[in-house]
Amino acid sequence: MDQALNKLGAYLAKKLGPKQTSFQVSLGELTIEVKRDSIPDVIAFLRDDVRCRFGCLIDICGVDYPERDERFDVVYHLLSPWLNHRIRVRTTARAETPVPSIVELFPAANWFEREAYDLYGILFEGHPDLRRLLTDYGFQGHPLRKDFPLTGFVELRYDDEQKRVVYEPVKLMQEFRSFDFLSPWEGMNTAIPGDEKAGEAPDRKGDS
Amino acid sequence: MSETKTKASELDSGKREGDDRTFTINFGPQHPAAHGVLRLVLELDGEVVERVDPHIGLLHRGTEKLIEHKTYLQALPYFDRLDYVAPMNQEHAYSLTVEKLLGITVPRRAQLIRILYSEIGRLLSHLLNVTTQAMDVGALTPPLWGFEEREKLMVFYERASGSRMHAAFVRPGGVHQDLPPKLIDDIYAFCDPFLKVCDDIETLLTNSRIFKQRNVDIGVISQEDAWAYGFTGVMVRGSGAAWDLRKSQPYECYDELEFDIPVGKNGDCYDRYLCRMEEMRQSVDLIKQCCDLLATTPGPVTVDNHKMVPPRRAKMKGSMESLIHHFKLYTEGYHVPKGEAYVPVEAPKGEFGVYIVSHGTNKPYRCKIRAPSFPHLAALDFLCRGHMLADVSAVIGSIDIVFGEIDR
Repeated sequence: MDQALNKLGAYLAKKLGPKQTSFQVSLGELTIEVKRDSIPDVIAFLRDDVRCRFGCLIDICGVDYPERDERFDVVYHLLSPWLNHRIRVRTTARAETPVPSIVELFPAANWFEREAYDLYGILFEGHPDLRRLLTDYGFQGHPLRKDFPLTGFVELRYDDEQKRVVYEPVKLMQEFRSFDFLSPWEGMNTAIPGDEKAGEAPDRKGDS
Repeated sequence: MSETKTKASELDSGKREGDDRTFTINFGPQHPAAHGVLRLVLELDGEVVERVDPHIGLLHRGTEKLIEHKTYLQALPYFDRLDYVAPMNQEHAYSLTVEKLLGITVPRRAQLIRILYSEIGRLLSHLLNVTTQAMDVGALTPPLWGFEEREKLMVFYERASGSRMHAAFVRPGGVHQDLPPKLIDDIYAFCDPFLKVCDDIETLLTNSRIFKQRNVDIGVISQEDAWAYGFTGVMVRGSGAAWDLRKSQPYECYDELEFDIPVGKNGDCYDRYLCRMEEMRQSVDLIKQCCDLLATTPGPVTVDNHKMVPPRRAKMKGSMESLIHHFKLYTEGYHVPKGEAYVPVEAPKGEFGVYIVSHGTNKPYRCKIRAPSFPHLAALDFLCRGHMLADVSAVIGSIDIVFGEIDR
């Protein structure tokens, strides 16, 4: 399985040339990293090439890394039902730099791109109808960004005097608590003070 | 008709030459045929649909955002609330993704229980869909018969997990609890009478003149278009593609079980209905096989690793180590190695996939839920164009949408 994917990755690296920056196979999944401007070319190639035939667009989604210069990853998942393999295509974007839309190639991209725009504010150049999709009419901000608070900014309620739904700033009865559970318990790989003595200690029995 | 037209222009209705005759109507968000909270803005030319603009998000609960703030175990119950007519299939996809990142395989008995309940989920979903599709086109009896069976199936959910719908039963590392033998016997006993009910429902629908008139050649999509629109599951099988993840990319022990994949020919609403009916029969067959295998496969239902799966309560009373494990698992939770994984399962509605990006902490950095109904509904405009207004509800019925998973 991994061998076939490695072969496909090398084949793509050869065919796509400088458009593809790298590929890796991990956990039995092939990921290629692609320059932003060449996304339509690469997706079209993946769709039409006889050794790829990725004819089904499974998903487009964003991932946010606010500390990076190009803060968004845009991740495309493609499936080839004829050759029975999958690929993940990844590119990066800033909030201001649009990603070329692939609606022309896959009509399924329409809503996926609208969703990524809505939730992350990623712009797609050439999209015919880039409106919000999942959030409320007139919603402000992009909720899946890491700097958007979990509780949001506004809440709504029905006002009995005005006989309509009103929006108000969120009032929390109690400060939102986010616990840091990252303790040096097992599962963490960082060294715990005192670990260097582990070899010297007498053999303990019982616990596992 | 033409007479009224001329009259209208004489009286100066405000229309000028070149004005298009389309008018826009609003459908939903509360409408029995909308299958939840769907708002459609329909542009009509007379009774012919020119454009459909679905407005979704009325059930948006920010599931993906919430999951980023929860530990891996706490994130699990959100999956019950996506496609709430087949909850365990979603849990299954999530559990498989986490297990892939952790690099573990669950014991065989747990795999069989998962398959058993995935197939029960498929029955739950198809029963709801087939019968409400019939209701959308005017039949009243099928939903009554179908819901009676759904009730029995939900009792099986309850007996396994304690909850009729929001089970939180399939968990990363196995399933929550083993099934009592009596429950497996009862599930087996349910199968054969259920096939009879399938036959009964079919006598009402399959050859019914009204049902056929409303569904045959409605919402036709070719195989090429279906793939390009991101369709999966029954929506591509109805168009003739023999594609089922349980066969083509088998997970758990589906490759050891025997079942067939029904495939349609014409890609219309009627073929999709026929596929679902046959899939229910195949699911019943799978349930029987699982029940037989469970009787001969004893063993644990979780991985034997208490850094991941909590210890039994009885053990906690005597063992300090177990108590610590329990405490740590329900506060901090387990850590998942850095990496990313996408795992799909064949949910009743199509390919349900979960994409998790892990940064090695106890919470997912990003969890994208790929819901099958989402691209299906996105193609509603394509499917309905040129059809009559009344066909819109037939098409909505046959694409099998649930808003829990579309809006997330």
